[in-house]
Amino acid sequence: MKRLPRERAAAAALALLLGAAFQARAQADPPTTPPAKAGGDERLELPPPPFTEGIFPCSGCHADRKPDPTRRVLKDMHDDIQLRHDEQHRWCLDCHDANDRDLLHLASGEKVPFERSYLLCGQCHGEKLRDWRAGVHGKRTGEWRSDGQKRYLLCAHCHNPHQPRFRSIEPKPAPLRPERPGAHTASAGTSTNPGGRP
Amino acid sequence: MSDDRQPSSRRRFLGSAAGASAAFIVTACGPKRLFEVPSERLRKQVAELERDYSTKYGRPVTVADTPARPGVRFAYALDISRCIGCRRCVYACAEENNLSRDPQIHWIRVLQMDKEKGVDFAHADGYYQPKEVPQEGHFYVPVSCQQCENPPCTKVCPVGATWKEPDGIVVVDYDWCIGCRYCMAACPYGARHFNWAEPGVPRDQLNPATHLLGNRPRPKGVVEKCTFCIQRTRAGRYPACVEVCPVGARKFGDLLDPQSEIRYILEHKRVLVLKEDLNTVPRFFYFYAT
Repeated sequence: MKRLPRERAAAAALALLLGAAFQARAQADPPTTPPAKAGGDERLELPPPPFTEGIFPCSGCHADRKPDPTRRVLKDMHDDIQLRHDEQHRWCLDCHDANDRDLLHLASGEKVPFERSYLLCGQCHGEKLRDWRAGVHGKRTGEWRSDGQKRYLLCAHCHNPHQPRFRSIEPKPAPLRPERPGAHTASAGTSTNPGGRP
Repeated sequence: MSDDRQPSSRRRFLGSAAGASAAFIVTACGPKRLFEVPSERLRKQVAELERDYSTKYGRPVTVADTPARPGVRFAYALDISRCIGCRRCVYACAEENNLSRDPQIHWIRVLQMDKEKGVDFAHADGYYQPKEVPQEGHFYVPVSCQQCENPPCTKVCPVGATWKEPDGIVVVDYDWCIGCRYCMAACPYGARHFNWAEPGVPRDQLNPATHLLGNRPRPKGVVEKCTFCIQRTRAGRYPACVEVCPVGARKFGDLLDPQSEIRYILEHKRVLVLKEDLNTVPRFFYFYAT
């Protein structure tokens, strides 16, 4: 996959940042955590999270607002967000942190940046996180060698966190049916070759 | 009497000796299959090809002859529970591998199958064209060359123009293929394709990074097939279909590397191969990640 140099630099910087962040995390983690293959590895590149334009940083608007912890339907702002992700049991502040607006938080209260949002997803989808770390869930680009340079994507690059189900897409055109002499339809036969003979 | 015969017998001997040595020289120095060509001559041949293609397509075309890496055995895995049948892989493959656009050749066929019937080729549809995929009640099985460990196609070739490389890729020597299409009849997966006409690849759509055994422009009248993107994978990169798949259903790696994605899949997922009963031992696995 061809990438712009700017994008590459950003990704590399992010990988470094993640490397540092992940080392810190590794010490805090209980020993039962499987060896992390993604996130703390400098050979793995993660592009920046897919923020909606003009939305991040959240603190840009929320810094001087008092958090309202009551569950409600949003009307003035963010009304374009339709939550279709276990919406009976959750709402904004179950994932977004009310006090540190530019961060997310886990069920334990531990705060995580958007760059490591996969930890948040992995709380419920643990087996997906395991597969993702092994390079099996989600898309990889780059080199096939297990110690090669690979580019991962965050969960949110493919799944909209608010509506994680994949949308249907239009398929590319079907292959042409093979031509058979004498079995030509009006569309397949050409004027130069009316009988369908080669 | 015996004095008369001796000269004629000697002449005959000399004659046949000259014939034999001429035949030997022609065999030793004449055209050769790629895998037995001396490297010096191969280099010359490659340079000639590069020159021809560059002239024909009006821009620099490279022809690599990168050999297999020792200790590597390529394998592929495809997640049937993820594939949505969008055919992005089919067209990415055509662009990467310089497949003929007209007449159309596709190395990948995506088959739509009924969930009720399971993997059943008798009820598969390769020509589905709904507005949106995936369709309710269906799943999708892309089929291309299975890169068999025990390939029936290479056994039937009367001239030895197709063989399995040390890294497991089954390749075709386009200069040695006589176009008899026995291999196409032998392949149980329909993975081989014949150039009935001069392949039509528009000049501006040619991928100029080619490999001798892979995506270099083919002549009319030869058989071609998926090579796991030999020009990319032998240079360390993922095949084009892996990188284009929007749902990440396609996985590729080294079967001999215990840390590879392929090995993780084989060890942790439900895996199947197509037409297992034929003992072709495919290196292309289908799996269910969920």
